[in-house]
Parts: sequence; C-alpha cells; structure tokens
Amino acid sequence: MSTNNQGEVVKVSGPLVVARGLAGARMYEMVRVGEAKLFGEIIEIRGDEYSIQVYEETEGIGPGQPVFRTGEALSVELGPGLIRSIYDGVQRPLDKIAAQYGEYIVRGAESPSLDRSLIWKFEPVAKVGDHVVAGDILGTVRETKLVVHKILVPNGVEGTVKKIAPVEGNVDTIIAVVDTEKGPRELTMVQRWPVRQPRPVAKKLPPLEPLTTGQRVLDMFFPMTKGGTACVPGPFGSGKTVVQHQLAKWANANIVVYVGCGERGNEMTDVLMEFPELKDPESGEPLMERTVLIANTSNMPVAAREASVFTGITIAEYFRDMGYSVALMADSTSRWAEAMREMSGRLEEMPGEEGYPAYLGTRIASFYERSGNVICLGSDKRNGTLSLIGAVSPPGGDFSEPVVQATLRVVKVFWGLDDKLAFARHFPAINWLTSYSLYQEVVDRYANEHYNARWSEVRRRAMAILQREAELEELVRLVGMDALPAEDRLLMQAAKMIREDFLHQNAFDELDTYTSMVKQFQLLNTILHYYDEVRPALQKGVPLTKLLTLPVLEEISKAKLIPEDKLTQFDELRSKVSEQVKSLMS
Amino acid sequence: MVTKEYRTVKEIIGPLMLIEGVEGITYGELTDIRLDDGTMRRGRVLEVHRDKAVVQVFEGTSGLAPQGVTVKFLGKGVELGVSGDILGRVFDGFGRPIDDGPPIIPEKWLNINGNPMNPYSRDYPNEFIQTGISTIDLLNPLVRGQKLPFFSGSGLPHSRMAAQVARQARVLKTGEKFAVIFATMGITFEEAEFFINDFRRTGALERAVLFINLADDPAIERIAVPRMALTVAEFLAYEKDMHVLVILTDLTNYCEALREISAARKEVPGRRGYPGYLYTDLSTIYERAGRIKGKMGSITQLPVLTMPEDDKTHPIPDLTGYITEGQIILSRSLHAQGIYPPVDVLPSLSRLKDKGIGVGKTREDHANVMNQLYAAYARGKNAKELAVVLGESALSDIDLLYVKFADAFEDRFIRQGEDENRSIEDSLRIGWELLGLLPKSELKRVRPEFIEKYYPENK
Repeated sequence: MSTNNQGEVVKVSGPLVVARGLAGARMYEMVRVGEAKLFGEIIEIRGDEYSIQVYEETEGIGPGQPVFRTGEALSVELGPGLIRSIYDGVQRPLDKIAAQYGEYIVRGAESPSLDRSLIWKFEPVAKVGDHVVAGDILGTVRETKLVVHKILVPNGVEGTVKKIAPVEGNVDTIIAVVDTEKGPRELTMVQRWPVRQPRPVAKKLPPLEPLTTGQRVLDMFFPMTKGGTACVPGPFGSGKTVVQHQLAKWANANIVVYVGCGERGNEMTDVLMEFPELKDPESGEPLMERTVLIANTSNMPVAAREASVFTGITIAEYFRDMGYSVALMADSTSRWAEAMREMSGRLEEMPGEEGYPAYLGTRIASFYERSGNVICLGSDKRNGTLSLIGAVSPPGGDFSEPVVQATLRVVKVFWGLDDKLAFARHFPAINWLTSYSLYQEVVDRYANEHYNARWSEVRRRAMAILQREAELEELVRLVGMDALPAEDRLLMQAAKMIREDFLHQNAFDELDTYTSMVKQFQLLNTILHYYDEVRPALQKGVPLTKLLTLPVLEEISKAKLIPEDKLTQFDELRSKVSEQVKSLMS
Repeated sequence: MVTKEYRTVKEIIGPLMLIEGVEGITYGELTDIRLDDGTMRRGRVLEVHRDKAVVQVFEGTSGLAPQGVTVKFLGKGVELGVSGDILGRVFDGFGRPIDDGPPIIPEKWLNINGNPMNPYSRDYPNEFIQTGISTIDLLNPLVRGQKLPFFSGSGLPHSRMAAQVARQARVLKTGEKFAVIFATMGITFEEAEFFINDFRRTGALERAVLFINLADDPAIERIAVPRMALTVAEFLAYEKDMHVLVILTDLTNYCEALREISAARKEVPGRRGYPGYLYTDLSTIYERAGRIKGKMGSITQLPVLTMPEDDKTHPIPDLTGYITEGQIILSRSLHAQGIYPPVDVLPSLSRLKDKGIGVGKTREDHANVMNQLYAAYARGKNAKELAVVLGESALSDIDLLYVKFADAFEDRFIRQGEDENRSIEDSLRIGWELLGLLPKSELKRVRPEFIEKYYPENK
C-alpha cells in the first residue's frame, strides 16, 4: 500500500476541512492543516476524501493548501509537571502560551505540554535485575507537596532492568534501561497516550468506598463513591458550576482533574485565582497542589472542546494507574455533546434526536465507562479509582432532552438541580425529592462501620420526614398551615429544620463550605433528637406553640457553624433540647 | 497579492451566492460584489469546495442576477479600520460612517472576529459599577468586565433602561476614561432615534460610538454588527486604556439572521430551527467581555434581547443565560402596574456580585441587605399569592407585614425616575427604610452589628 505524508485541502466549511491524497492515514490520526499548520484530527474517510475536524479557527484556509500527516492519533504527554497545569482542550499549556503569544490564543500556537525547564528528582524503586512488566513502578518523583508521581513502565514494555539509578533532570532524562525481547529500551519520565483509547487495567471492581465531598446534601442523602459516576443537571442559574467547584475543592480524592468544557472564561479565572489560596482540609496544603485544569472556554474552537473531555480523562486515568483515587469533573458535558452535534451536522450525518448524532448515547456511555474502582496493571496489584462527575446543561431546564437522558442511562448518581430552589436562595439547589444515588447501600454499609452505627437509620428517617413534608405541603396550599393537626405541624417543623439547618449550605462561608462526615451525622442527629423529644411532649399536653418556639432552636440553627474540632458541643446541644422540653412538661 | 474577480455566479439562494470556477479562495475571505449598475455589496466566504465558493451577502441578495454580478475576492477576512478618533461617530452596520462626518483614518485594521482570550490572561472582574438603578446596584450589582443581559419582552421599556444605564454608569473612582459603544441590530428607526437623541441631549455622544442596523436594513448585516462593535471595544479598552460599556440590542434579531443563513445552507437545525452552533456563535460575542491582566481598560457588556412570548426557555435567552454572568429580567406585570424600571427582582441574578461589593467597594452591609431584601420580598410575594387563594384573613400578622413590605418595595425601591440617579448610599438607605417595616427579629440575614448601626429607629 502506498502512503503519502502530505495531502491537499479540497473543502473548508467552518471547523471541518476535507482533504485528499492522504493515503495510509487512519481514523483519528492528527494532521496539520494549511500553511498555518493548524491542528486537526481525521474523523471520517470516504474513498480518497478525509474529513478533518480542525481545533483552531479555519479562516484563511482554502482548497489547494497542504495537509501534513503526523502518523499519530491525538495523544497527551504524561509525566511530572501535569499537576498545577492549566491546559486547553488539546493539552497546550495556557500559561506558557500566554507568555509566548500574548493575551489572545493565536492560531498555530505551540508549546510543549510538559515544561522542559523543570528539573525533577527521580528516586528508583525497581532495582537492576528486576523483571518488570507494563504498569510496574520504576521509581518516584515528588511532584508537589501532595503528589508523589510514580513513573510506570509504559505499555508494551516488558523485560529486565539493566540500568536504573537516582537522577535529576527534566522529563526527557533517561531514568532506566530495560532489556526487552526486542533489545534494550531506554525509558524517560514521560510517555504518550492516545486520548480516545482507555488506558488498560488489570481488573475492574465495583466501587466500595464513599467519595466524600463535605457537602451535606450529597454525602448524607445522595452519596458518591470512589470509582463511581454522577451527573449534575440543571438549568442556568441553578448553581451547577458552584457545585462542581465545591466538589473539586473538597472531594477526598488524591488528584482532581477539572475540565471546563465550553463554559465561561471568567469561571476558569476564578478557579485559577482561588485554588492556590484554598487549603486541602486534610493536609493543609493549597488545593492547586493536587489539581490539573483543562480549560476550553465556550469561545475557543469547538472541535478542541470535543477533545477536551478525552484529554482530561486520559490524564485522570494516568494518575489512577499510579494507585491514586482520582476525581474528574466535567463542566459541562452538554457543551461537549453540542460540539459533537456541530461536527456531525457538518459531516452531513443523518441526525438523531434534536439534531444530535445517533451515536450520542454510545459516546456518553463510553466516557462514563472509563470510570471505576480498579486493580491497576503492574505486579503489585495496587488499587486505583477514577470517579466521574459530569454537569449537564439541559436547554430550558428540560430533563427530558437527549443529553440528560443518555447520561442518566449510564450514571449511578443523579443530583438534580432545581431553579425553584435557587430562586428561593436555597443552595445547593439540589432537589431532594428527585435526586437519587444507587450507591446508597454500599455507602450505608461503609458509613455505619466508619462514622456512626446509626448513620443509615438517621438518614432514612430524615428522608422520610422530607417526603412526608412534600405531601403535607399540598394540603397546606389548600387549607393553610393552621388547619394541620398538631403532630403534622411538628413534622413540618422538623422538615423545615432539616432543610434550613442541614441541607442549606453556604459555599462562600468559610466554616460552612465543608462539613466532615462525623459532623454531618451529629447535625442531622441533633435535629432528629429535637423531633423525638417534642412528639411525646405534645401527647402529654404541652402546647404546640411552646414546642415550636423552643429557645434552643436558635442554637440548632447555628449548629452548622460549630467548628470541626469542637464536635462535643453537639452532645451539649442535645442535652439542652431534652432539658428545655422537660421543663415544659413539669 | 493578486485579487481575483469572477463573473461566474451560478446560484442565488436566500442570502447566499454560489460562485463556480474559483481558484485559491480561502474560508472566511471578504468579497466585494459589484452590480452592473455600479453599486457595491459585501460578502464573506462561508464554504469552499474545490472550485466552488458559497458567499454570504451582507446586504442581502435582492436585486441580484447571476449574470449581472462581479465578485472580487479580497484575500483577507472582514476587517475594520479603527482609530482613537472613532469616538463620537455614528456608523452603519458595516462600519461605514453615516453621520456626515469625515472618513475615519485608521490607525490599524483589525479582523472583526477577534481571537479567543486566553483564560489564563483574564483578570477576574471585581470593580463595582454604579448604574444609579437600585434594583441593579443593590440587588444585582454589575462589575467591570461582566456580561449582564437584559431579558425583556416586546413592548417593555428595555431601551429606556439601557439608555439610563449608559447615561449614569460610573465607577466609584474618578479620573478614568470611559466610553460607550452602542450597536443595534434590527431595531426600529424610532428606537434608534431615541438613543441617538438621548446620547446627544446628555452629551454622552462625545464618548460614544454607534453602529446602527435598523429593522429595514439587511438582516445578514446583523451578523457583522456586534463583531464590529466589539472590535472597536477591544481597541479602546486594551490599546487606549478605556473602560468600555457595550450595549447590544436586540440579540433576538441577530439570532434570527443566523437562522436565516443556516436555513439557506440547509443545515440540520437544532431547537426551534436555530442552528446547532448557536451557543458557540453567541459565546464568540459574549465572551469578548472581560478584563486582561496588566491592562488598564475593560469591556462590560449589556446585551438586550426580547424573549419571544416572554419565554425564558426559548433557545435565545436560554443559551444566553448559560454564557452570560447573570441576567436582568423585566416583568410585564410590574410594567402593567406602571412601575419603571420593571425589574423582576426574584429571577434576576448577577453572578459576579460577591466579588464586587462590600467594604472598600460599596458598603459593609451591602451583601446582608441584598439577601434580606430578597428574602423578605420573596416571602411577601408568597404571602400575597396565599392571600389570593385563602383570603387575607388567613394570613398571620407577620405575613401581613410582609405583604405591606412587598408593596412598599415595589413602589419605593423598584420604582424610580428615568432621570433619577441613585447613589449606592441612596439605594441602601431606601433598603433600610423598607426593612424598618419589619421587626428586627425578622432580619435573620443581617448581622446584628449592622442592624444596630443602620436599622431606622423611631419611625
């Protein structure tokens, strides 16, 4: 078969370029288009016509201009230097691009993904003479205060370590030589991986541990797991981005990859300015020390937006392979789906629902399936997890639209945002009646064992109260609150307390922004304790208004601000409830 | 560079022309279209396929005959000549002066599409802009570099509000250069006259640049208008250190022009016939607002759009809301009650408010007062709804107070004169007067020390 390294443009229509004369090129191979050498990727082949999605503005490209093959699929560079970086959708470092090219992203801008000027200290783990297979740890590099970067034997390499020693240098420095069947192979700290291909694992396991987020409504009622999948759909203004930011800040993962996919530029700026200031609740180090940012804002080229999600997940998988728990947030997968729709339209494909391509569901499923609790490659059988949380922005807040529906078919946790709650300034505006988590049982088991034996019981009772409240509310709308029986009014009071004193959480308040699991339990338990005390009192004839205006309620409403190191105050608070109720009965 | 001229137009469909036998043409190229009677139009290449080019004609294709047209490809994208002398001038939708003034002598030519701003180079907007309108300043504060649209409906006074903002907007600092860029897309002659006269009357015209595309001007030209305006804005902001306020009205007409082209190209439509790339396209307009690290100037955008049937879930307001940093929604029912400006406070939102207010920016109690007014008004509105169903007698005493509050809030806080320029201090004072209608114990969102300091006693 004859192959060509250079072809010629025949058609340009927005981000889609058709070229010919690229014989031998494969699907998803990267090419450079035109004299400006714009980045592009082959997404369709018909005879001698190759359709290319171009990651940059195509103005000035026309028929007759050259197209160059690279022989490689769209790939990312993996190695020390990823953490604390901010990349665009095709892994160009935005800080370096800004330094080199100015405030605007000009076309054809190029800069190595991993900074070659950074010097790393490699400490070997493997020894000369060891037999190593793909995924084995050769050694480590301390990348940031929070992250020890493990240098793994790349895929397809197996053999005996011939040379390995401590060394200092940039990522291209040779750190080991492995004798393979095909001869000696020099290994550096960097490897490349095609983004559309999931990185292999030894074995996939079901998720077992909660991914705690410090967000009460999530951790208590709709928990997420390490290795699980979740989606956050909501209309604009309902607080999707704040929820995603909160997760990126407070999730108990080792590594966080945050993909800003087709969203606002100022939001990425906000993350960039805030994360270095915020401290990780466990280590006290800046959150940026464990974070990788991918920013493809809405006005950046649409094809690169399609790629950004894959770039992010490949980086996330790489850290998972080191045995870390990794959480990836994608805000928003709707923009990603729209990018697919746009390219599909330009390819003149037969559209499915609402103009989205027929393969929308499979693409979304294959993205979320890259999550998981896994046994990594390598002889030490270490465990790594990758959790995926995708925001969805349904048009008009309509959850019946294709992207939400395709997502719900694959994710296990649904955090439904509700603009009515947002208008009532109830944040996070997660609707407790429609949201769900299929990890409930797994997390209950874990929480009963690790946080409090009554965890699942307290959670179940609180949820029952909230559901009963929703039923009673219908009634209240018809006949007014006063017409309710006294017992139901106590329940309404308890429900109100759960909503306002537990579910409502202020992301911008220093103390309230994060709540540990133990404190969450204490807080909810205290509210239920009040309910348990006042009900018998009512039956013994204590007037309802006295119970509804118990002085201690004021204190319960501020209990969410009790500091994490003073949790015994909850015990005092509960005794106070009992005392005050008792004094009413005497 | 050799320019290429062709007389080989084969098809004319809607706003598009298909030209055959072309060579060396590139995507996005600007074209001059000469009719045989000597008149000129302009076009842009939307697609090239081998020797065929699809050109979108900005002035529309009416009156064109395939045989009577010469198309000249200019080998460059659509560019606008800009200069510091551009202030005080009025242009048509394609950047040609229409104010009888001399032609602009450009300092430089800029491609109107601009380039995406590197998110790393952005500076976070946090400087409060005082618009003199209480519902904006106190409840939905605007900051420099923000994009905050007006979601309006037909027949609502969004133009008057936009003009009021343009007139009154200032930062609580002095000695900075300020400019207003005003771009219209398909609005009526009367509306446009209103703006021009208002700018002239108040002397604002001297520091303004106007791009006027009227309802009877070519629809396709509307595609270029906001980009022209923002190109000038970027020039003034980042090269002339000015703080630029860009008012774009009406984005609904812009989106319709986009849909017209999309339909003519027989593209697969997204929702309601709008193209699937509407979101991306709108973002290339809205995201040009902002600030850049190390630059003096800023671009603040106030796009105006009319929601078809006042429906917020229509694709235009919906996609806009996903890109912009909040929205000011106008209410038909407030307008019917004769309240100006009829800002629907509850669903309106400014996403950047938290960083622009407080000590040193506005006043220490700003955030608290904002939340409290908001909550109290929401409760008052709820109580009013309840009273409609159950009768006023079903309301508790405290709910009756809230009803009184809600009415007073609409009458004294939301309502203000068209020339009434309230300082943030004034707005806060009125806010506190209204909160004074409620007992102190109800003010749960205000810190006790602020209640102590600001709560009006002895009314």
